[in-house]
Amino acid sequence: MAMMPHADPAGPGTLIPEAPSVPATPGQVQAKSRSLFRRGWEVFAENKLALAGLGFVIFILLFCFAGPHIYVTPQVTVQTQNYLCHPSSAHLLGCDDLGYDVVGRLMVGGQNSLKVGLAAAFVACLFGSIYGAVSGFIGGIVDAFMMRIVDAVLSIPFIMVVIILAVLIHPSAGTLILVIAATYWPGPARLVRGETLSLRTREYVSAVKVAGGRNSRAVLRHVMPNAIGTIIVQATFAVADSILILAGLGFLGFGVPPPATDWGSMLSNGLQYVNLNTWWLIYPAGLLIIATAVSFNFIGDALRDAFETRLQRR
Amino acid sequence: MAPLLEVNDLRTQIKLREGVVHAVDGVSFQLEPGETLGIVGESGCGKTMTALSIMNLLPTGGHIAGGSIKLNGQELTTLSDEQMRNIRGNEIGMIFQDPLTSLNPTMTVGKQIAEAVALHREVSREQAMDRAAEVLDLVGMPRVRERIKEYPHQFSGGMRQRVMIAMALACEPKLLIADEPTTALDVTIQKQILELIDDLRIRLGMSVILVTHDLGVIAGRADRVAVMYAGRISESTDTETLFNRPRHPYTEALFQALPDKAADAGERLYSIPGLPPDLVNPPAGCRFAARCRYAVDRCREEEPQLVSEVTGHEFRCFYPVGPSERSDTGRLATYNEAPAEAALAGPGIGDVLLDVSHLVKDYAVTKGAVLQRRVGWLSAVADVNFTIRSGETFGLVGESGCGKSTIGKLVVGLEKPTSGSISFEGKDLAKSSGREYRRERRNIQLMFQDSYASLDPRMRAGTLLREPLVIQRLGSKQEQLKKVGEMLDKVGLPRTAADRYPHEFSGGQRQRLGFARALMLQPELIVADEPVSALDVSIQAQVLNMMKELQHDLGLTYLFISHDLGVVRYLSDKIGVMYLGKLVEVGPAEEVYLRPAHPYTKGLLDSAPVADPGAEKAKVSEGVTGELPSAIHPPSGCRFRTRCPFAQAICADVEPPVQRFAGEGHLAACHFPLQTAVGDAVTASAGLPE
Repeated sequence: MAMMPHADPAGPGTLIPEAPSVPATPGQVQAKSRSLFRRGWEVFAENKLALAGLGFVIFILLFCFAGPHIYVTPQVTVQTQNYLCHPSSAHLLGCDDLGYDVVGRLMVGGQNSLKVGLAAAFVACLFGSIYGAVSGFIGGIVDAFMMRIVDAVLSIPFIMVVIILAVLIHPSAGTLILVIAATYWPGPARLVRGETLSLRTREYVSAVKVAGGRNSRAVLRHVMPNAIGTIIVQATFAVADSILILAGLGFLGFGVPPPATDWGSMLSNGLQYVNLNTWWLIYPAGLLIIATAVSFNFIGDALRDAFETRLQRR
Repeated sequence: MAPLLEVNDLRTQIKLREGVVHAVDGVSFQLEPGETLGIVGESGCGKTMTALSIMNLLPTGGHIAGGSIKLNGQELTTLSDEQMRNIRGNEIGMIFQDPLTSLNPTMTVGKQIAEAVALHREVSREQAMDRAAEVLDLVGMPRVRERIKEYPHQFSGGMRQRVMIAMALACEPKLLIADEPTTALDVTIQKQILELIDDLRIRLGMSVILVTHDLGVIAGRADRVAVMYAGRISESTDTETLFNRPRHPYTEALFQALPDKAADAGERLYSIPGLPPDLVNPPAGCRFAARCRYAVDRCREEEPQLVSEVTGHEFRCFYPVGPSERSDTGRLATYNEAPAEAALAGPGIGDVLLDVSHLVKDYAVTKGAVLQRRVGWLSAVADVNFTIRSGETFGLVGESGCGKSTIGKLVVGLEKPTSGSISFEGKDLAKSSGREYRRERRNIQLMFQDSYASLDPRMRAGTLLREPLVIQRLGSKQEQLKKVGEMLDKVGLPRTAADRYPHEFSGGQRQRLGFARALMLQPELIVADEPVSALDVSIQAQVLNMMKELQHDLGLTYLFISHDLGVVRYLSDKIGVMYLGKLVEVGPAEEVYLRPAHPYTKGLLDSAPVADPGAEKAKVSEGVTGELPSAIHPPSGCRFRTRCPFAQAICADVEPPVQRFAGEGHLAACHFPLQTAVGDAVTASAGLPE
């Protein structure tokens, strides 16, 4: 490679003495090199957008889950006297058509959006990753068959599934998680299968076989740890997607049923009064959905860099 | 005559996330019309950056920080992009290392060349295509009219490089910059391409800048050579003088690190300790001082300037090596090499350790993603026989695609043979299974070519080295850790290296680590697949020395696979030459090199460049012409006949018998051998198929 020195993954920057050096005496404390986690964090922290995203996610978690204990508002009983009241010192972002305080509503709705989003992403990625890893590692006919199932799932129109399910079952947080996960898992499955296929043929997996190791060792010790980065990154994006999907479902009227709510349902509800210029019913919920999804995406981008060992500083 | 190209105090910098790399730091040279200038140096010394600076094609973050580049008196550094585009391709042509990535896969080669013509000449589309055909003909492309309509993937590596050259020459540039033009090619093709560049230079009256890391390539082709080190020219003179009387210690060390010269004596190679300096913060004083065996305090404090004792020979050193060219005022460097260990010959050659007989490996060629119809067989290894005795080094050479790596994989058990047997200490490896198989694996270990790919990036070196012991359940954790420490000492790595990750090591250190892992199970046989081909000469010497020492200390046997004849000759006792799945010649290293019996061996030897301008210029043979045929439809009879200068009708009909030649175990399969045969090889145990 005739390039500038820094292009070499371990160029002249690493100055471990090349010549045989005096071995450290056994009792000597050896300087441990920084852990992979620490180095990954350094790369992550370089991405300022991701730090902002992480900050926002922490803020929104506190807002939704700790907020209701500080900013106490009634969110179960209807307060007709507050019907669509404008923002004021009593109600910072006004009230909705049932008289609920919008700031408090955003907190309660956010709890559902985040819970469903995180849980759906977790279920989809867990199932998808295992499915993809099994398919990729076994290969051959099994792989071909399993992937055709994925194709079949992907070819069913999402809206149709949702409408049918909405008719059949009563939506709740639990069923929404399953619906979103059931439509989302093929993405991670395909990704992890591709990763496994490529990792399986790496030379360091061959090296295990040369030493006499079994397949299980190759998968557990070498393939999985190297694929985990891809999975975590994918899971982060999945959270953002799930929040958006839930918002979409809520907007279509298939969200969590009242008196509970989610951000998508709030948005949908607010649109009914758009002629009355009730901006406080639309903008706050909409902006929170976008900001949360974008934050998770920034975090995912930075995580992808952080898991790339070659980008880590020595 | 005015020089064609004048580079003066060129400084190129590359901005990084942290700091600025001074990739080229005050380089000056001149190039006369019709001259070939060679630029040599190890990776990261700034030779490619110098070439890219002339073209103004620097990577992102790179810019020319100072100095001047004059082409025919015209200053290039101050030109606008528009003006520079007019120079590129028109007055300066460039060839890159990898012809596959530098050609557009979605355009026919004819169109790509025609495009280059149309950019600089006011011509019609037909005229441009005619010109494309003309230059393709010029670079020796057969059946130009048909091939001009083909896409890059339909060409072989050598042919693609010809297309690149044709494209660079389409507008008849005055200057051709060839950046490692043959590094990705086999020696036989390398020779053809270098001949072509040389021939075209004379016919078209061009000047050539040949950038390479290979001293052998420079020796036969360049008129003058500039040796670069750490962004500067450390020595520059005409080729003859440089090779015969190098003055800079770095140049001298580079020559001594070449395995070609040490092969006869079997002595240790000189290896330059350490690594090139970091160009973000270049050291004060002489940049080579830290690795120089002659360095004194002055070298570390003050930087020497380029000086010359006679005109045309410049070097950057206070205390040059070798006799002075002017008078005897210079310091005659005498360096007492540590007395070479006399007994590096190994503990002696023992009984047959590995016996490969009638080994065949065919790969199915399939079509379709799901049903995988079989459409043919690729014959990777065809009826190969050889034996390796314990303590011996068996070198396997051949062009890429000849099946040498497949043999390595079969021996270590990564692939199963189609037929034939591999027996180790008299036991057939294919017959054992389960626990016994795992136990036997210990005795044969593999050293990979690319140590970066073969070391799991998420494991620390210590864990990686321990893993084979864990797999084989050898010893307690304490014992295993102790062994890891001892092994690190053996391969010359500090014990603290155990806590580091693979990407924290340099290429040479990673290769040591890979070797250490192969040694953990105390194997008897190590299959080394191109272990040094990715390394620079000086680092290569370190690794080869280590392999030789440990062979002696631990009584190892090597199956050494390489395309580099110099390296194979240096290390091997016995050599096997492979061609398209067949072992065409086998015998003692000395015999095979000095008295090759098979025309292919001879051609291969003639093709390999030697770092000796005299020998290189005296070569008359053409090497091997043509290209490797497909292994899916190998030629009938003798597989080499399509490229053999002596081929006759019989070669197409009858597979040549194996014959015995002078020298113990010297066998070759040819109808018209270059030496007189002394008898037939009758039995399989003698080595080759009948």
